Amino acid sequence: MHNEWLYIGLFLIIGIIVPIVPLLLARFISPHKPNQIKQSTYECGIETVGESWVQFKAQYYIFALVFLVFDVETVFLFPWALSLNQLPLFVVLEGILFIGILVAGLVYVWRKGMLEWV
Amino acid sequence: MNFWNDPINFIANWLTGLLTGWGLAAGLATVLVYLVGITVLIVFAMLLDIGLVWVERKVVARFQDRLGPNRVGPFGLIQPFADIIKLVIKEDITPANADKVIYNIAPVLAATSVIALWAILPLSSRIFGVDLNVALLYLVATGALGTLAIIMGGWASNNKYALLGAFRMVANMVSYEIPMVVTLLIPTILADSMSVIGITEAQRGLWFAVLSPLGAVIFLISAIAELGRSPFDLTEAESELTAGFNVEYSGMKFGWFYASELLHAFTFGGFAAVLFFGGYGGFFGLEKALPWLTNPFIEAAVFIAKAMLGYWVIMWLKYSMPRVRIDHMLAFNWKFLVPLSLVLLAVTATLHKILIVLPGWQYALGMFFSNVVIVAATIEVLRDYGRKQRKAAEELAPQAQL
Repeated sequence: MHNEWLYIGLFLIIGIIVPIVPLLLARFISPHKPNQIKQSTYECGIETVGESWVQFKAQYYIFALVFLVFDVETVFLFPWALSLNQLPLFVVLEGILFIGILVAGLVYVWRKGMLEWV
Repeated sequence: MNFWNDPINFIANWLTGLLTGWGLAAGLATVLVYLVGITVLIVFAMLLDIGLVWVERKVVARFQDRLGPNRVGPFGLIQPFADIIKLVIKEDITPANADKVIYNIAPVLAATSVIALWAILPLSSRIFGVDLNVALLYLVATGALGTLAIIMGGWASNNKYALLGAFRMVANMVSYEIPMVVTLLIPTILADSMSVIGITEAQRGLWFAVLSPLGAVIFLISAIAELGRSPFDLTEAESELTAGFNVEYSGMKFGWFYASELLHAFTFGGFAAVLFFGGYGGFFGLEKALPWLTNPFIEAAVFIAKAMLGYWVIMWLKYSMPRVRIDHMLAFNWKFLVPLSLVLLAVTATLHKILIVLPGWQYALGMFFSNVVIVAATIEVLRDYGRKQRKAAEELAPQAQL
């Protein structure tokens, strides 16, 4: 029913407006006296050296990559899980074969040492 | 249909009738009624959130052998309102080097990602926002919005602590999303439905926590990690990162991060109740003898109580556990939870297909014992691994003494 998605759409719009209201209110009633020291980047009392938008540890990227593969593949499992009762046992076992391929991928990543934090 | 049996539809029909009676088009009247309903639901969620601040402070005080807020109002009940007034009138400091646009969007998005979950949260069989047939996918999708808000806040602050906190949090959240999505498949299989109402109705007789206790535990662990609460609160790690991704935020912008964290924890308590603990129902067939249990208001009270219990368990873990190191945390997920949840899924799917033809109690017993066998096997594998590690350490030990 399209009304459900209309509801979700309206819900998201109101869900964005509600957090904005106190922020706007705070803008009008809170004091606003900026100065250079107040607006400097916080770092335990010392001045920041350089920017923080720098190259970061590649390990995070590898975890994101592994996640991406798994997440996309688990989404394929939802239709399978939903129609499990209508499917013959053969197709159910095929789904498990698919999970087996996922596990093989995990074992590969593991053996490659990509799950170690270096 | 009267108010006590079906309050939402009763008011909605009355309001639609009133608006069309005034000469509005039916479509416009529907939109207006939706807007009123949505506003009421969100305001309720926000009021509950204010209550949660009080509950959180009071309970953590008890865990730490303190009294907690007790000066403002009876039992300190007015304290959270005082907190809000303080946050609103506090000066909002934006660092000069920050990326202003993204910096300002992040707290709003953090709050929206949690509020959006309330659209599908079934408070009772008659009181809910909308019964999507793909509710679980919606749950996963809005969960990803929260991750986005955190990386936006951490990156836009242009602060090294904030950036590190955001990176850790995102690594944490994306990793634990895998076991969570896999355990979401288990109620889908057992209930043969992806709608939250369908899953709850399927648990009228027996909770899924009985059929799949391991699934419930994995879901709870990965949900806590998704929330970024202790023992998985590496993003905040106040002893190393001061406050993590929200270190540069002040005033109401910080307030939204804090409020959305609490409401998120409560909402996930609610979803744990829906997916594994019977949601608003699950009286084990007792409602046939006591029909008043199916009253929407009683159901809503039961649901809130169960969600509050889930929230309390999350708090209990938070204040009892030390923080986990990031490499340990990721290893625990990828080397333990992910394989375990995939095995559990395969076993549950096969057994469900084979045992569904049997009478109810034999089916339930079979499902339960399959979980027991998996847990026993897991413990045996871990014990074996531990023995090998100890042996290796003992062989190394004499050399170390030389």
